[in-house]
Amino acid sequence: MKINYLSPEFEVVRNEDRCIKCLLCVKQCANGVYTYDETKQTIVIDETNCVNCQRCVALCPTRALKVRKNDCGLRENGNWSENTIREIFKQAGSGGILLSSMGNPEKYPVYWDKILINASQVTNPSIDPLREPMETRVFLGKKPPSMVRKEDGSIDCSLPPQLKLDVPVMFAAMSYGSVSYNVHKSLAKAAQALGTYYNSGEGGLHEDFYCYGENTVVQVASGRFGVHKNYLEAGAAIEIKMGQGAKPGIGGHLPGVKVGPDVSRTRMIPEGTDAISPAPHHDIYSIEDLRQLVISLKEATGYQKPIIVKVAAVHNIAAIASGIARSGADIIAIDGFRGGTGAAPTRIRDNVGIPIELALASVDRQLRDEGIRTNVSLIAGGSIRSSADVIKAIALGADACYIGTAALIALGCHLCRSCQKGKCNWGIATQVPELVERLDPEVGYQRLVNLITAWKREIKEMMGGMGINSIEALRGNRLMLRGVGLTQKELDILGIKHAGE
Amino acid sequence: MSKLEGQIRIPSGCAISAVISKTGEKMTGEKIIESMIPMHERSNGLGGGFAGYGIYPEYKDFFALHIFFRDALSRRECEEYLKDKVEIVKQESIHVRKTPGIKDAPLIRRYFVAPMPCALAASQLDENEYIMRIVIQINTDIAGAYVFSSGKNMGIFKAVGYPEDVGRFYRLDEYEAYCWTAHGRYPTNTPGWWGGAHPFGLLDYSIVHNGEISSYDANRRFIEMFGYRCTLQTDTEVITYIADFLLRKQKLTLQEMASVIAAPFWSEIERKTDAEKEVLAYFRTVYSSLLVTGPFSIILGFTGGLMALNDRLKLRSMVTAEKGDKVLIASEEAAIRAMEPDAENIAYPAGGEPVIVRLKEGAY
Repeated sequence: MKINYLSPEFEVVRNEDRCIKCLLCVKQCANGVYTYDETKQTIVIDETNCVNCQRCVALCPTRALKVRKNDCGLRENGNWSENTIREIFKQAGSGGILLSSMGNPEKYPVYWDKILINASQVTNPSIDPLREPMETRVFLGKKPPSMVRKEDGSIDCSLPPQLKLDVPVMFAAMSYGSVSYNVHKSLAKAAQALGTYYNSGEGGLHEDFYCYGENTVVQVASGRFGVHKNYLEAGAAIEIKMGQGAKPGIGGHLPGVKVGPDVSRTRMIPEGTDAISPAPHHDIYSIEDLRQLVISLKEATGYQKPIIVKVAAVHNIAAIASGIARSGADIIAIDGFRGGTGAAPTRIRDNVGIPIELALASVDRQLRDEGIRTNVSLIAGGSIRSSADVIKAIALGADACYIGTAALIALGCHLCRSCQKGKCNWGIATQVPELVERLDPEVGYQRLVNLITAWKREIKEMMGGMGINSIEALRGNRLMLRGVGLTQKELDILGIKHAGE
Repeated sequence: MSKLEGQIRIPSGCAISAVISKTGEKMTGEKIIESMIPMHERSNGLGGGFAGYGIYPEYKDFFALHIFFRDALSRRECEEYLKDKVEIVKQESIHVRKTPGIKDAPLIRRYFVAPMPCALAASQLDENEYIMRIVIQINTDIAGAYVFSSGKNMGIFKAVGYPEDVGRFYRLDEYEAYCWTAHGRYPTNTPGWWGGAHPFGLLDYSIVHNGEISSYDANRRFIEMFGYRCTLQTDTEVITYIADFLLRKQKLTLQEMASVIAAPFWSEIERKTDAEKEVLAYFRTVYSSLLVTGPFSIILGFTGGLMALNDRLKLRSMVTAEKGDKVLIASEEAAIRAMEPDAENIAYPAGGEPVIVRLKEGAY
């Protein structure tokens, strides 16, 4: 018999007194943790494949279930953590690269949590958003360097293409394939209702969603999946994906198991094949090549759509952004190392890239130092978790934020970080029809609208507290931030003072 | 040692006042000093100042630089620097009157200058930009020297003290101007030196301001992209640079500038005509980082006129009135009555609604 070196990570505890044997857990768990033994008339539990997604716990009508960390752990070791040992067991068994999903969960500093927001006291009044107008609208895109008058003296109001956001939060790229049809539908409908944008991700745009084009950013990634003229023209903006915070330096990877007929048609690849994007764009080996792609996409769409260039936050991000700002791109999206993913090599997810807070602060400063900040708008992503993070990102210099993980959590994601398996019990990161239908897009859309509406209310409250009644007056307003427990070097990079200063 | 203003940011409450004669009739500084007396409680003795327009008719073609020097050393360094950049046609100490409330005066000197023609040509700048860069250079790089007035045929006079004492100290009763503005300051911290007092000026723009803007750092970090350096960290300084940028460099009109810094709310823009909507939306898109939020009432002085403006919520008081050919503006009606007891047409301009007064053609 083959020895299984791995004990189950979680333990499922079923309260026999409460259980009514409705067998909902058996039906709900796609990982096969529960089976019903007809002869013994009992529920058998095998936690080997449990990912602690909490689906069974949430649905159990009598609250008879509990999933907890298996306390039958290894002998404690300050150097060799249990996780490290488990990973070695796995690799010794398989010889493969470890795969993970969602954002980097390791204990690196979260700078958002070390930044505090200002409020007015005495010397100027706070503003009450219940009684006064409070504006959260922003326009993303290139701004002209100077105003031009026509011959009759009136102002020439023509502008490069802009994205109009009623709230400075957009839904980040999550491809159809990595997430389900119903997730895309929820995002598209919510973006439309909220006056913002969702992003197709790199897997093309399902034909059913072309009607949401005015609120869609279509992505062009190194695999060029699903890219054709109609696709480019369908969106309000085009995003060139150069990199992703969860896996800087490598391309996307959609396992063939997730490539069913619909995904195959949308991506324009054969059914059941792995969709593996090349690590680089093979037509972009340098910054001047990026410029050519930016201009090509503009040519293809008649200069009517802003071009976003999305890059992962890496060490030299400020210089990279400066190059992009001169490439003809209209918007730069920076994705921090905590950004989510449907599948990434664990080592890369957990060790490559830098925090969005530092990357954003450096980029904003660099562009201002060079006097080219108005060439581009900045979108910050890679773990924006709350309205407070949005406020802090904007005060550091972002024009808007991308949220991916937070949106999925609103749809029911419990961050079990097993998307790559394709068996998402919440119907999010899966293509299995019976799982997909667990997410009702009507409910999903409403929950997304609720989330962003709630954030918008909180943003207005915090803005009002600072005496600011337009989000534009917060952009880059770093005096509104103070650091706690940060070193002078960190404060210098963030461009903020320490609390008490 | 406690920090000087410029090393730290000091919020202030204030009193402001202004009078302008539309026919260009000259007024001594006495009236404007008197206007500050009933608003004494709005200041706390830590800053006061005045700006007068039309005060140097005999040198009206030259930039009048008013400079504070900490000591003879900084003066020498600054004069050495100026010598290569400008022709100095006249220089002198600014005459002052010993006044009990005014202490710790720096050296205060006045220079009437013109750009050195060959240096100006070599710089490929117009003379305003040329002088502006010199001013910013001195204020940023020459320790202990600070240019606090740099326009033609106008001058700023300011000090740490109550405004009425500052006015007497500078002998403003001996100057004649067609327009005066005044400022009394209530800083929440000790400024430490005179540069932090107001009005703040750049070329012939001067600003007196009451308020504490919440958009300060957003405005500062944007405007510094265009060569300005906010060395004092005050609202007034950044608003002055914004005015200079929009009016002189971007060539906006005063009305248009008001639509940028006190932009109407989107809900108001929706109610405008299509043509107005287009322009206002353009401003809010292109100049969004120059929107000034938080309370302010400002009076912008310039050659041949002035403009008064409140923030778009009108979070600070501001009153206007008329008497004959004069227009009077102040934080309080009492200040106006101190200048003209029978002032008429008392009005309270709405938030974001600019009051623009210009002299009649040829009156200055």
